[in-house]
Amino acid sequence: MLPPKLSEASWAGGAADRRGTGDVAPAGSRRTQTNGSRKRWRPVKDQSKFEAQLDPGFAAEIAAEVEHGERLHQCIQCGTCSSACPVSAYMDLTPRRLIAMSRAGARDDVLHSFTPWVCTSCYACTIECPKQIPITEIMHALRRISLQEKSYPRRFTTPVMTKAFVDMIHDRGRSTESWISMKLYLRTNPAQLIKNAWIGQRLMRQGRMGLRRESIHDRQKLRTMLEAVSS
Amino acid sequence: MSTQRYVYYPGCSATGVGRGFTESLDAVFEHLGTGLDELEDWNCCGATAWPSVDEDQAFALSARNLALAEDRAPDDGPVDVLASCTGCYRALLKAEHVLNEAGPKAEKIGGALEAIGLDYEGRTRVRHPIDILLNEIGLDRIREAVVRPLTGLKVACYYGCLLVRPFATFDDQHNPTSMDRLVAAVGAEPIDWPLKTRCCGGSCYCGGPVIGAMPEATMQLSYALLREATKRGADMIATICPLCQFNLEGFQGRMSKRFGRPLDVPSVFVSQILGIAMGIDEKRLGIQRLLRWQLPDREPVPAEGGVHARA
Repeated sequence: MLPPKLSEASWAGGAADRRGTGDVAPAGSRRTQTNGSRKRWRPVKDQSKFEAQLDPGFAAEIAAEVEHGERLHQCIQCGTCSSACPVSAYMDLTPRRLIAMSRAGARDDVLHSFTPWVCTSCYACTIECPKQIPITEIMHALRRISLQEKSYPRRFTTPVMTKAFVDMIHDRGRSTESWISMKLYLRTNPAQLIKNAWIGQRLMRQGRMGLRRESIHDRQKLRTMLEAVSS
Repeated sequence: MSTQRYVYYPGCSATGVGRGFTESLDAVFEHLGTGLDELEDWNCCGATAWPSVDEDQAFALSARNLALAEDRAPDDGPVDVLASCTGCYRALLKAEHVLNEAGPKAEKIGGALEAIGLDYEGRTRVRHPIDILLNEIGLDRIREAVVRPLTGLKVACYYGCLLVRPFATFDDQHNPTSMDRLVAAVGAEPIDWPLKTRCCGGSCYCGGPVIGAMPEATMQLSYALLREATKRGADMIATICPLCQFNLEGFQGRMSKRFGRPLDVPSVFVSQILGIAMGIDEKRLGIQRLLRWQLPDREPVPAEGGVHARA
């Protein structure tokens, strides 16, 4: 069962639906909670899973990807990660919940979640975790798996930016901020390009941003090296 | 007393949006009698975006930089590699850890380096310029170099996330104080505030566009920092990461409108504050590249020296 895609408006407003069950209901609507009324905004979804839908090896799969990943199995669900996280309010599944669902084997829900892509990699959770679970690295691992399986949120900004960034480094060896921002805006939200044009222009006048693409000398060698790693 | 020159890895952001950081560090190090040599033909460290696609390739990217830096090492000893951007700092440190552990990953990356005619023996030490300023050059030499003490200037030192996390190499993870000590050494007053290491939302991706990635979250996070700093009377925010600096500086107008609290706090690099106190020319420190910059009109000081001496 795939969770419905969250529209941008629903998470950007800070009122993300914590249960990840779909679009945010209009404020004050009590009907959303009842399943029986005739005119309802949306049905309450059955969140329970049949065992056949679960993948019990999922937690082990993540653990194998990450150094010290096996500590994932020792999580005590204290919620320190969720409270330490500066952006947990914007996540559809909080880090604690994500770990619980990974261990339960809810593979599809976890891999389709926005959470790994909202993560800012600030490592606040990692250093606070009483069980020393490398949560940030687990987020990175989840990103890798969801990219491989193509289950990442397609129109969300961070995967788009990650791809644009990686393509650029693969090609030129260095990143140029102006090109990445333009690519990001054009692929996700062109209106932002106009909105942020003034600051780009100011930065260009100060010599902090340019349209010339940065590059290293040995571009071919860099590609050879990267191919040698993946082979 | 160290007079050696250091190998410097600037990274993409500290040569782009955060150009002032590289310029001011260069000037300050030169002024203190050492110097920075930019690593030749360095490549991107992979930031946090590349580990999200392929972790081994991300290590290989950093390993290439480390191998290039190692060529500059003296025959007998290790070489210090200075990474100014904290995103690069983390990436290089992490790669160094993996390579020094000599596991299967290190072998794989070593093989890839061999394919392009490089090798890495583990003779680099990745360090942050703040670490060098504090622990190699020392506060005494910095105090001696001050010609214009910034008395009365209240500075909120903002360390950002990746300097002390996940690796705490030279400072406390929860309450770092290295920058406070540097700022105090040039006469300014570091304010006590609790958000020193809270994420600014810069996300350590690739600078400028981050506000485009998650505008609402970024605004909330940066606003929390700016509000706390101004509430505690900071005249300035000192940063050590190009992304934090730009993130805190660039969108204050938008934040003022959004949250209804006027904001106008210069967000600068700590090296620029040190440089001003040492009397280095503002052009060399990249002050003209800041969007906001003013020293406060507090505590009038006699004509020579002091915070008013700025032309």
